[in-house]
Amino acid sequence: MAIAPPITDLEQLKTHPALAALLDWNPGAIQGVKFDRDEMTIVVDRTHIREACALLRDHAEFPFEFLSDVTCVDWYPSEPRFEVIYHLLSISKKERVRLKVRLDGSSPVVESITAVWPAANYFEREVFDLFGVRFTGHPYLRRILMPEDWEGNPLRKDYPVEGYR
Amino acid sequence: MAHLTPTPVIEPNQDRTMILNMGPQHPSTHGVLRVILEIDGETVVRIMPDIGYLHTGIEKTCEAKFYQQVVPLTDRIDYLCPLTNNLCYALAVEKLLGLEIPPKAQWLRVLLNELTRINSHLVWLGTHALDIGAMTVFLYCFREREDILRIFEMVSGQRMMTSYFRIGGIALEPPIGFFERVRDFAGRFPARVDEYENLLTGNPIWMMRTKGVAKLSAEDAVALGASGPTLRGSGVDLDLRRDMPYSGYENFKFKVPLGAEGDVFDRYMCRVAELRESIDIVRQALDGMPEGPIKANAPKVVLPDREKMKTEMEALIYHFKIITEGFTVPAGEVYQAVESPRGEMGYYVVSDGTAKPYRVHMRAACLANLQTLPTMCEGRLIADVVAAIGSIDIVLGEIDR
Repeated sequence: MAIAPPITDLEQLKTHPALAALLDWNPGAIQGVKFDRDEMTIVVDRTHIREACALLRDHAEFPFEFLSDVTCVDWYPSEPRFEVIYHLLSISKKERVRLKVRLDGSSPVVESITAVWPAANYFEREVFDLFGVRFTGHPYLRRILMPEDWEGNPLRKDYPVEGYR
Repeated sequence: MAHLTPTPVIEPNQDRTMILNMGPQHPSTHGVLRVILEIDGETVVRIMPDIGYLHTGIEKTCEAKFYQQVVPLTDRIDYLCPLTNNLCYALAVEKLLGLEIPPKAQWLRVLLNELTRINSHLVWLGTHALDIGAMTVFLYCFREREDILRIFEMVSGQRMMTSYFRIGGIALEPPIGFFERVRDFAGRFPARVDEYENLLTGNPIWMMRTKGVAKLSAEDAVALGASGPTLRGSGVDLDLRRDMPYSGYENFKFKVPLGAEGDVFDRYMCRVAELRESIDIVRQALDGMPEGPIKANAPKVVLPDREKMKTEMEALIYHFKIITEGFTVPAGEVYQAVESPRGEMGYYVVSDGTAKPYRVHMRAACLANLQTLPTMCEGRLIADVVAAIGSIDIVLGEIDR
């Protein structure tokens, strides 16, 4: 079975409920879209992620009320280096959407969404722990999986798989 | 938000309270969960789970393996439902590849998945009851669990770390006598569930320890990212098998049990009802099992049969190439979620077009479910903390990865 090529044209995709809601609110906050393998990805500007999440959660007709996951991908050595990824689920409409934020490698900082979903608490701590991405406004940003005194961020691509000996 | 309790437990702020460590070596924490409690007499003032004792860096290890070599790692994340993890990973990579899975493989996957769910729920029921003080149930549950583990051993050669689902299908045809054995088990099992219920549901001690204990409202459950029976116990109707079907679940009919109060008892009832639904799905899978191949027709991805390797040149070449070089996966990203016994198990796989995954992330249902613990327990007795931890059904291997 051949895979259909991804659609990245904003005009073709603007009927998607999550994208339509975000376009209504602030078209400038959207940096890119992708529809690939039946999954919708919206790249949101770094400074707008909390508002975008709150907007999608509280949307009247098509609410994405459930935060499935927050994670991160390190694209070292290219820039912007980090992608923080949010998977949202609409319980009522059975639909998923993926939000992405791109961050520079020099100072990866993004606003925390714990105020929108308390569920983000552990997920963001995990990303902070393993990637070193800082979340401003997080109530308790400490290491969660690695020991407190650990040096480095193990899931970064420049961190060796065997660790430092 | 009131229910967001990051809870940095500092030193006791009054003379009244004290800090108590529960775990990481505590029998009721199901592994190595450490819970830091601030208590005022017997009452819990604040509670903070401390995790990471079982962190093995599986996500990092995955990035250094070929796609097919990741399958055995997925077993070890959640050691109570290895086949669910196998399935979720296989589905994610198959979606990346655009593979079509033959119906027989899909139905076998559903059948074994539901057996895994029963297996996991039985361990949960036994240990949860043991925590609260009902010892007998533990022995009863492990009796049936043994039957399921034997079925797993029969079909995959392993009792726990099965690695039976592969990318593009399943590893081997089930052996002769497999379906009869499962049918035999499915015939016996509903009566056994009645036995457990006779011991617990309606038992006054059990009711006192579970009714109205560790309540979680539907709003809080959604906001805190809870899923699975923890979410459905609070009355939120979400089951990925029914709502976003995968691997042919749309062909099966089953009910999704819901709770109302969101207490320990409701979560218990949800899981016990799921035991009955699961065995019903197993029966449907046995009755309607289609004929046909068990592997997708993709010679570059799926290992050839042994017979073909001995007779056909191409099969031998493909086998050699898959083993030594792996297979490449077109660039892209996929998030695949399945309903594990504990909730939404998700695999986020990113490919950069090579033979090794660029990133594999597991969305652990337990990690999110554990965040509900402070909301459930604060202001209640220490004894209820044990009941609450049991009712979330945590598996630390999945939380820490």
